[in-house]
Amino acid sequence: MPSIMRGTTDNGLLPPVTDQDGAPFWDYAARGELRIQTCAGCRTPRFPPRPCCPYCQSFAHRWQKVSGRGHIWSFVIAHPPLLEGYAQLAPYNVALIELLDAPGIRLVGNVLAAPDAPPGSLDPARLAIGAAVRVTFTRVSARLALPQWLLGTS
Amino acid sequence: MAAALKDATAIVGIGQTPFARQLPDSEKTLACRAVLAALDDAGIAPSEVDALASYTMEETDEVELAKAIGAGDITHFSRVGFGGGGSCATLAHLAMAITTGQARVGVAWRSRKRGSGPRPWRGSVQLPTPAQWTRPYGLLRPVDEIAMLARRYLHRYGGTREHLCNVALACRRHANRNPAAVMYHRPLTREAYLAARWISEPLCLYDNCLETDGALACVLVSAERARDCRHTPVHLHSAAQALPAQHHGMVNYWNDDPLTGPSWTAARQLWKTADFGPADVDVAQIYDAFTPLIPLSLEGYGFCARGEGAAFTEDRALELGGRLPVNTSGGGLSEAYVHGFNLINEGVRQLRGTSTAQVPGARTCLVTAGEGVPTSAVLLRS
Ligand SMILES: [Zn+2]
Repeated sequence: MPSIMRGTTDNGLLPPVTDQDGAPFWDYAARGELRIQTCAGCRTPRFPPRPCCPYCQSFAHRWQKVSGRGHIWSFVIAHPPLLEGYAQLAPYNVALIELLDAPGIRLVGNVLAAPDAPPGSLDPARLAIGAAVRVTFTRVSARLALPQWLLGTS
Repeated sequence: MAAALKDATAIVGIGQTPFARQLPDSEKTLACRAVLAALDDAGIAPSEVDALASYTMEETDEVELAKAIGAGDITHFSRVGFGGGGSCATLAHLAMAITTGQARVGVAWRSRKRGSGPRPWRGSVQLPTPAQWTRPYGLLRPVDEIAMLARRYLHRYGGTREHLCNVALACRRHANRNPAAVMYHRPLTREAYLAARWISEPLCLYDNCLETDGALACVLVSAERARDCRHTPVHLHSAAQALPAQHHGMVNYWNDDPLTGPSWTAARQLWKTADFGPADVDVAQIYDAFTPLIPLSLEGYGFCARGEGAAFTEDRALELGGRLPVNTSGGGLSEAYVHGFNLINEGVRQLRGTSTAQVPGARTCLVTAGEGVPTSAVLLRS
């Protein structure tokens, strides 16, 4: 059974359970690339990935690389009760990041204190709607890396 | 088509079990008790029932229910998806079946042991979409998903936790008048709200609905038949279902304006076929799994302008005697959380004049299903 089909990872966190439409996103993320499904017909990016374009109905698409820069659209600070693996990290932030290159496309992620730091590592007082962020990739396994976020633009 | 549905059917019976954190009966038993209570209230024999409607999440299926209560031959049965978004749609489906001659006596119901049963978000089993984009990051529970929208909403329109507190207090004060409410004996103060533990900031414990065991049901027949029933008929004046364009469910994070949820779409359909407007609504039962859903819905259903929902809650506007009394039995926040079905029954009581927080002379009531998911709503009129 592939790891992705098991309940949780070794640290008790949930791996993405992907599907045919979403799998390329995670494959690129594992290589440290942030790419967004984009219509090959009308060139409109869309998220979450889906079989065809809701604007021109084309089934042709490509995975467009984006800059990995964005801003915080909103965020929460999660407190227990939570799944055990997450309860140990709480309180932690979960933010919705609007991409600079694709407004309207917003990725859920954790804003971390430093690359590879765990969710919950950042002082919540440093979070604000509108704050600039940039992507970083947290490696979970050889085949899985999660796009995560750091404050600032550099 | 719209003219055909308007006031063509009426709710003539309501029933419910007790509500509690834990009830000994099974969900199936609770379902049977609620349905039989509703039929008894209507004065209609179970053998006359020929239509059933419930939620896709309902665990007691039509076969089990019909054979247990002694229903007749069933000629219409339907289920509505998306959890609490389906509550009012069950009535809409029955009304369409009765109006088109597919059935004569319809029963809608919901039975749930959410209080003593498992918490759905606890499991590690995930659906691929859209959970793959959220759950790995610890956005696990419905409250987290709504808190994300709530913070943006409060930030965008200058709302505060005081506004959310207004919602919680209104529901609690109504529950404190309702002996059937789980929170009947439990007053809530603003101080206690502001001191409560966080669940998902900016939402605290009292921004969350209860976890309840219980069941409810109601009986729908044609308006003509309703005239012969024992209670004042409560007419289904208008009904709507709503899955907006480019909507993404509870994680409605990927369209141009995530803060205009399904209630806006439901409202357009609802008011289009109604003889009256938001200003004519005497009392409202608005789905309240989380407090922010109330200001969002007030905007969506047209009780105030965009961004004014938080301010609308000021000056006890949502309480008995206020501008728009809301959730007069205590709602999901303080009466019981049974996927919004208790809001339907309370709407009926208001128009019968038998609520424990009765709005004097109430003639019209809006009942809504879950905002933030594909939803439904009805306008009731006596
Ligand atoms: Zn296209």
